Amino acid sequence: MDPDSELLLRLRSGDERAFVSLVERYHEPMLRLAASFVPSAVAEEVVQDTWLAVLRGLESFEGRSSLKTWLFRILVNRARSTGSKEQRTVPVADPEPAVDPSRFGGDGGWADPPEHWIEAAESRMEAGKLADRIRAWIGELPARQREVVLLRDVEGMSSEEVCAVLALTEGNQRVLLHRGRSRLRQLFEDEFREVR
Amino acid sequence: MKLLHRRDLVCRQAVELVTGYLEGSLSGRDRRRFEAHLAGCPHCTEYLAQMRETIRLTGRLEPEDLTPQMREEFTDLYRRWRSEQQ
Repeated sequence: MDPDSELLLRLRSGDERAFVSLVERYHEPMLRLAASFVPSAVAEEVVQDTWLAVLRGLESFEGRSSLKTWLFRILVNRARSTGSKEQRTVPVADPEPAVDPSRFGGDGGWADPPEHWIEAAESRMEAGKLADRIRAWIGELPARQREVVLLRDVEGMSSEEVCAVLALTEGNQRVLLHRGRSRLRQLFEDEFREVR
Repeated sequence: MKLLHRRDLVCRQAVELVTGYLEGSLSGRDRRRFEAHLAGCPHCTEYLAQMRETIRLTGRLEPEDLTPQMREEFTDLYRRWRSEQQ
């Protein structure tokens, strides 16, 4: 049984520690996601409301989606109905290259090729000194890219689950993911270029 | 230097296909063009490795711990909810 289904059984049988572990696992990720829809002062409230809704909905949750997908769906629906902090109809189709075009020559080949940073990033991650930076970078992504990156890459959800939670088409999900990941890659490169 | 065919990708195009490639959503033709490009381009091979590493590092973020006070608040929330159920 996956850890979430076990948690669900314990929750339904009234195990308060199961609820606290669920909160332990998802509260902070939910706050980060909510903050992309509403101002952060309101995000706290939205997440609190979500936990209440989760408790109230436990009995009727049918397990047709994973517990995680269900939690994030409740959250996103609440965050959306609470009101958006920005115009959210930014067209996905706006061109936004993965790499600054000035790094390519006239023939479309690399003029300023990617600098190597993988090992440096690994060792800084091992030393526990990179996670906060990555969180900050994700926090600075445009809202829609951030939402997709948080769910796909931080939470490890599938593209189907992310589309269901955020009400996106597969194609738009992929475009947002591509832009978000491309920006993050650039930030890694910048970070390790500076320390040399 | 090998001759550039019209169907060959240039680096600027290849980097736009990386996510589609990793997602398995490229057409057979695009996938072959992408792979053919990588085979001859160490920079785009490096770029792909960096995108994979970006995903891997992002996936290693762990949720921050709740403060003891928050643990207490959520325990209370759960107990209040349980007592309303009875």
